[in-house]
Amino acid sequence: MNVLIYLVPMALMLGLTGLAGFLWTLKSGQYDDLDGAAIRILPDDDIKT
Amino acid sequence: MDETLDLSTFVERSAAGTARMILAVDGVGCAGCIRKIESGLTKLPGVIDARLNFTQRRLAVDWRDNEIDAAQIVKALEDIGYRAHPFAPERVEADENRQAKWLLKCLAVAGFAAMNVMLLSISVWSGNVSDMTPETRDLFHWLSALVALPAAAYAGQPFFQSALRALRAHELNMDVPISVGVVLALGLSVFETASHAAHAYFDSAIMLLFFLLCGRYLEQAMRRKTRLFAGNLASLKAEFAHRLDANDELTGLPVSALQPGDRVLVRPGELIPVDGTIIGGSSEIDESLVTGETMHRAVGAGTTVYAGSINVSGALTVQVTAAGAGTLVEEVERLLQKATEAKSRTVRLADRAARLYAPVVHAAAALTAIGWLIAGASLHDSIVTAIAVLIITCPCAIALAIPAVQVVAAGQLFRSSVILNCGDAIERLAEVDTIIFDKTGTLTLPDSAVEESSIDPDMLERAARLALSSHHPLAAALARRARERVPYPGAVEEPGQGVGAVIDGTEARLGSAKFCGLADAELHAAARDSEASTIAFAYAGRTAIIPIRQALRPDAVAVTEALMARGLDLIVLSGDRPAAVGPVARRLGIRQWLASLTPAEKIAVIELLKSQGRRILMVGDGLNDAPALAAAHASLSPITAAHLTQAHADALFLGDRLAPVLSAVIVTRRARSLMKQNLALAVIYNGLAVPIAVAGFVTPLIAALAMSGSSILVTLNALRARLAMRVEPSNDSVLVSSASAPADEPRTRQVRALASASVELAR
Repeated sequence: MNVLIYLVPMALMLGLTGLAGFLWTLKSGQYDDLDGAAIRILPDDDIKT
Repeated sequence: MDETLDLSTFVERSAAGTARMILAVDGVGCAGCIRKIESGLTKLPGVIDARLNFTQRRLAVDWRDNEIDAAQIVKALEDIGYRAHPFAPERVEADENRQAKWLLKCLAVAGFAAMNVMLLSISVWSGNVSDMTPETRDLFHWLSALVALPAAAYAGQPFFQSALRALRAHELNMDVPISVGVVLALGLSVFETASHAAHAYFDSAIMLLFFLLCGRYLEQAMRRKTRLFAGNLASLKAEFAHRLDANDELTGLPVSALQPGDRVLVRPGELIPVDGTIIGGSSEIDESLVTGETMHRAVGAGTTVYAGSINVSGALTVQVTAAGAGTLVEEVERLLQKATEAKSRTVRLADRAARLYAPVVHAAAALTAIGWLIAGASLHDSIVTAIAVLIITCPCAIALAIPAVQVVAAGQLFRSSVILNCGDAIERLAEVDTIIFDKTGTLTLPDSAVEESSIDPDMLERAARLALSSHHPLAAALARRARERVPYPGAVEEPGQGVGAVIDGTEARLGSAKFCGLADAELHAAARDSEASTIAFAYAGRTAIIPIRQALRPDAVAVTEALMARGLDLIVLSGDRPAAVGPVARRLGIRQWLASLTPAEKIAVIELLKSQGRRILMVGDGLNDAPALAAAHASLSPITAAHLTQAHADALFLGDRLAPVLSAVIVTRRARSLMKQNLALAVIYNGLAVPIAVAGFVTPLIAALAMSGSSILVTLNALRARLAMRVEPSNDSVLVSSASAPADEPRTRQVRALASASVELAR
């Protein structure tokens, strides 16, 4: 059972990383315009021909 | 007269010389719009950045202050093809946005903790039936505590705070049993872990918080969405006023920026933007939005006028008075205050459930402990069992039962053009058995229209095209009929009389009968039909009288029939003359109607009907309806209603049709029955779970399964509402046969007599 000594902290760290990631996306306003984000990827105006 | 546009109240300036403004933009509907608007604006010299929020339909523009100004930006948007208006964010909206972010953070923390604690719990559950050593189990329990305790302390705040608020006010709400359950579950788990027991409830407590936060967030998102939409509509509707400066120069500025004491010029055909006193000019004004009266009133210097009236004939200078100084507004506000106080006493379904629920559950837990003690169990075991009862009955399903349905129903109402002002309006709308309609602007369209008549279509088209050159409100109604939307060149308007132009070499005149030279004919027509206003038209020796009247909403007859078929009692209460109200009521088959009512009399009628045990839905738009809206059990307003009136309506409806009223009734009734179903499901779940808990058989595994099971069941049942609440108004109008309604005079007289009697009493 010694494997738990590093597995459990690893699991918790992964979870915390996910939580921190979510809080960062929230803070940087990525959920402010959900419909717009879906539409903004459609135009090709960033492609220089 | 040239005027400058002043938008400075909406602009936020920074020290670095840059400025920022938020605009509500109309007509954004596709991917192309985003690029068109953003690139169109950033091309302008001085504009630093333009970013359109597609979800909110709002545009944020940053620019350098010395190179371009706000008015030019609005103008540029108009040139691209979008109507935009600066948006002043309301404090309520900012608060709600902050609240939403906070709830989302709590939800994220609860979600993270629930997943990690569950990871540990499942290991313990499987370990308990296999070969886990007690030491490892204790380690896992302590780890769970390490994750769950701080997470619950953070994510539980919305519930703890609300429960404390309720307790301080000596009341009970759903958050009280929730908080008690969570705190006890965590406390018991820590105690059991410390005494090396096999069971701990960290996972139950944290999962409970996660589910409840989902419901809270959804409910909040619904409120935020409708508020956002209503905010955009309000700012797009915002009117501009022409302010006269000290040296009589005109400045155009938004009405919200006017101060008491300012002088405002109101040209013929314009809306009077504020409450005030006339200090110059004389005219006739149309006060139908304010009082419901469709007959024009002559005004001159010294007369008090109200925002929302239309200036018909002459230019007026109005001095702005502070709100509440006018007699009508004062009266309306006084009545409003009384009516609103009465209304806040109605209890929401959820709170009613909470008041019943909390004492029952807590009593059951106490009885369990006492019962086990009497039966000879140890004090420790009795308390553990009692707490298990509290945990398993924690009202997760009940707390989700109502918000879940509210969210789905609000979405459904939104699709039928009804915007809710508050969440509990759904329950109140569903209980309605009597609907009171205002006439002007509610049953009829807010704008008058040309009556279908036997006028030669060619003549009508010429008259309509000539009307394009006039500012008169009646002419505006006629001008909407013009197929060719180009005014005749050289058309000249004579203020207060009419417009003249030369069409194909022949003189044409449109306006008063005298202006067109046919006084007798108009008198004759007016005598025959007292309701309609008329415009005269003369062209090439031929003349025509064009009747213009307030038209019924196109589907009004079908909707009122469908409402009556659903057993609702319909009544018309109007501030307009009896001669104008009667025909409308008769056409709609509404037998009970009262005319020439003051706001106080409208309330008196409502109070009278309420005392007979009726639940009333008031549908109205005028300033004079605002107190009645607040006094009624539930209320609806068209989006064209006066500001004060909109603020007191439970919901607003959009568009020219009356159908949203019917949809509101149908959707909310179904929503209410679903809410009751959901509550019943939650009660059944508790009925099954409580005996198991009282008997002492609840393990953490059973608690977790039962709790998530009931929450998911309730949520699924609410989603079923999406199917059940699909509204098909076309079916309704087909099903109903056209009912002919004979006049019910005695009834009407009775209501009137009672109404005036109670008004007397009120004085």
